Parts: sequence; C-alpha cells; structure tokens
Amino acid sequence: MNKKKMLGTPYFIWSVMFILVPLGMVFYYGLTDKSGAFTFENISAITSPEHSKALFLALLLSLIATVICLLLAYPLAMILCSMNINQHSFIVLIFILPMWMNFLLRTLAWQTLLEKTGVINNILTFLHLPTLNIINTPYAIIFGMVYNFLPFMVLPIYNSLTKIDGNVINAAQDLGANGLQVFTKITLPLTVPGIISGITMVFIPALTTFVISKLLGGSKILLIGNVVEEEFTQASNWHLGSGLSIVLMIFIIINMVISTIFDKDGEGSVL
Amino acid sequence: MIKNAAKKIYIILIFIFLYAPIFTLIVLSFNASRTRAKWGGFTVKWYVELFKNDAIMQALFNTLLIAFIASVTATIIGTIACISIMNLKKRTRALVIGITNIPMLNADIVTGISLMLLFISMGLRFGMGTILLSHITFCIPYVILSVMPRMKQLNPHTYEAALDLGAGPVYGFFKVVFPDILPGVLSGFLMAFTMSLDDFIITHFTKGAGVDTLSTKIYTEVKKGIKPEMYALSTLIFITVLILLLLVNKNPDEKTTKQLKSEKH
Repeated sequence: MNKKKMLGTPYFIWSVMFILVPLGMVFYYGLTDKSGAFTFENISAITSPEHSKALFLALLLSLIATVICLLLAYPLAMILCSMNINQHSFIVLIFILPMWMNFLLRTLAWQTLLEKTGVINNILTFLHLPTLNIINTPYAIIFGMVYNFLPFMVLPIYNSLTKIDGNVINAAQDLGANGLQVFTKITLPLTVPGIISGITMVFIPALTTFVISKLLGGSKILLIGNVVEEEFTQASNWHLGSGLSIVLMIFIIINMVISTIFDKDGEGSVL
Repeated sequence: MIKNAAKKIYIILIFIFLYAPIFTLIVLSFNASRTRAKWGGFTVKWYVELFKNDAIMQALFNTLLIAFIASVTATIIGTIACISIMNLKKRTRALVIGITNIPMLNADIVTGISLMLLFISMGLRFGMGTILLSHITFCIPYVILSVMPRMKQLNPHTYEAALDLGAGPVYGFFKVVFPDILPGVLSGFLMAFTMSLDDFIITHFTKGAGVDTLSTKIYTEVKKGIKPEMYALSTLIFITVLILLLLVNKNPDEKTTKQLKSEKH
C-alpha cells in the first residue's frame, strides 16, 4: 500500500513546486511594493477609475457571454443527446477539432468576417438587410467570447445529459408529467453539475481574456485582462500586476467554491 | 416533422458558427492578395513559400516539440499519480484533486504570471525549458481527469489475482491494469497535446526572447499583418488532423470496435 502512495511523490512535488509556490509568489508580489515592504496599495489600485472601469466592463461582457453560451448550448446539448449517436467521442471531437486551428487565427478570421466590408456584411447587403457594424465594439468582444468558449459549455452539459437514466424520465411521464414538467423537475435539476461546470469553464476565461479584446475590440477597449497583461509585459510593474491578479483570483475562488459545492463527484467534467 | 427540421437547422447554424472562421482561413490560404481584405485570385504560392520560410518552420518545430515532450511527460507523471491518488485516504485525496484542478479552473493569465514570477525568482533563463515546465504543469490535470474515471471502474481483484498468480507489480500493472485504463490514458494524452498546441497565454508569459511557438509568432504578426504562409500552414495542420481523425473514427459503431479490442486482450 505504502509503495503505491510513494508513486505519487514526483507529482506531489511537482504540484507544490509549480502550482502552489507560483500562486504564493503572486500573493507575495501583490502584497509588497518595490522595496519589499508590505502594502495593500496594489490591491486597492483596483478602485482607481481606469482599473475599476476595466474590471466592470470585463465582468459585464463575460456575464453576457456566459448567459448567451448557456442559452445556445443547452438546446444544442439536448438535440445532440436525442440524436442517439453512439459515438460519444465523435461529439467531443467535433467541438475539439477547431482547436487544432490556432486560436489567434480563428479569432482573427472573425475580424475578416465581421469587418464593415467583410463577408457577413456583403451577404447582408446582397439580401437587402441592414449591415452589422460591430467590429471594434464591445459586441464584437462578446461575439468572440461566445465563439471561443461555447464548446466548454456544450460538452459538460452534454455529458450530464447522457448520464440521465432514461427510466427516470419514463417514470415521470407514466406518472402524468408533461414535457415541460419533465424538463423542469427531472432534466434540469439532474444537469445542474454540468451547467455549473460549463459556467465556470466559460466565465473565468472570458473574464480574464486579453487576447479577444485586443483582436476584436480594437485597441481602445481595455478589459481587466489587458490591464494586467500590460503591467507585466510593457509597464514591468509586477507588483501592481500581481495585486490586480489577486483581485481576479477572488472571482476565480468564488467560482471554484460554487463549482465544488454543486459538483462534488466531478460529474459535470468536460471529458 | 417541423420540430425535427427546426432541430436540424439549429445544429447546422451552430456548426456554421463554429466552422466559419476555419473555412475563412482555408479560403485565405489560397488568396493571391497579401491582405485579408480583398480576394486577389486563386494561388497555391503560399504553400510553396511556406516551406522556404525558416522562421515559420522553426516556430512549427518548436510548437510540435513542446507539445510532444509536454504531453508525453504529463501523461507519464499523471498516470502514475493516478495510481497513488486512488490509494490515498479520502480527505488527502480530495486535497490532492483540489490542487490538481487549480490549473484548469484558474485563469490562464494568472497561471502564466505566477509561473513567470517563479522562474524569475529561481533565476532560470527563459526559453524552451521554461515553456516546457509550464506546459507540463497545465497538461497534467487533463491526463489525471481522463485516467481517474477509468481507474475507478477497475476491478481491484484482477490485479490482486495477477499478483497471487506470481506476477510482479510492474508486470501485473502492464498486463492487467494498463490495458483497461489505456483509453483514458490515450484521450488524456490527446487532450494534453491539443491544449499545449493551442496554448498562447501561458507561453506568452513564460517564453524568452528569441524562442517562438506558432501562437506567439502569430501574436507578434497581428500588428504588422499576418503572413499568408501562416494560413497555408494552419490549413495543412487542420486537414492533416481531420484526415487522421476520420481514419481513426472510420468504424461507425464504436461499441463493436471496443468489444473486439477487449476480446483481443
């Protein structure tokens, strides 16, 4: 027994060294100033107008993107489930496959499609429909978030739907429940782990993105991710960057706690 | 009938949404004009140019090398870790799994920054080594996540039986346990490889000057305009993967292949 436990030692050392210690470093830098003295200034910097605006905008856009993902993904997962495809891996593949084309290029491709004289607008003009002018606006950023993170909402919901025992639904129907009742009383509660896991998987990357806002939002719209990235790569103010990251981590921790409460057995996992 | 048609239309629309950018990139790779904005006629010259472009070829080589080493290492460490996690007491196990989940649930930007700060304080030189350490770190959770469920399904008695019949622990593991967890190991490896290949954010913070992967190269090209060779390269990668996956998934009924496999073993 003890030998088996020992097998994990390399990984345990690895995870302390490269997961826990680095996070400790972020806290160390975030709570000290350049001379190494303890300070809360880097964290309270979030209240400055430009930082709080970036945080608020990031929260707003990522919340909208998460809701849109959920609304698009749930029906999609239900349809995929009802199609009775034996190949579970095939469904996963369809959503993983686009990842083999570089994420930056895929997002840039939307620039081409959404531009004022882009493909979509050409089609809309051809159909005599009003054109879409969303490139370099917050709407384009939401669009990019939904596009990039939709698979992470679909897969966990699809997984939890496939785990529902068909007999439970049959039993409900035999006892006189109509379609809506079956959905609200059976299907929806049983897929809560999947929904929560999907929300976590979409909300966190959307909240902290700096790439999507840079590529689709022009360079004028700053999200909190852009602010942090610039502190590290351009301003080289690691203390401030770490302080703002600690603020981001508060949202991440809230998210983790919620997801562990609702998803104790890892039922809503992506795979 | 109407309901079925609506379902089909919905699925088709979502797939257009998911695959439209990919289709766009494939079209752009055949565009004779250097800019994305207009169509300058059909050409395959970018595919020829691509192989002459040393910078892109080097970035491709780096990307594949990092993805390969990182996913193989992560698969080995992760699979071995699973064996021991299964044998931990409930509370310790929950703690370890909780820590394992951190890189997956944490924001990439925070992971990237935290590793960057670690490497700086360790005095490491930024380059391939630091990228590899970071990639292995965020790949391991994907492996553990896909091997763990397989481990749970195992019948512990078969392994014990093998030991009783005189097999050594290593021999017993490879003959009895490994074949059963192999699908999980493979999908974990594939997932890790894909994630490493597609990663930009963590690489962005942990790479040094001079070393580029495809992602970081594309990012620096964004301002100057993407070289059309990049579209050609990503088209080639995508088509290759698509063909490989179609070959692997050729058999429409997965269950029969699985049964055949298990009969063979």
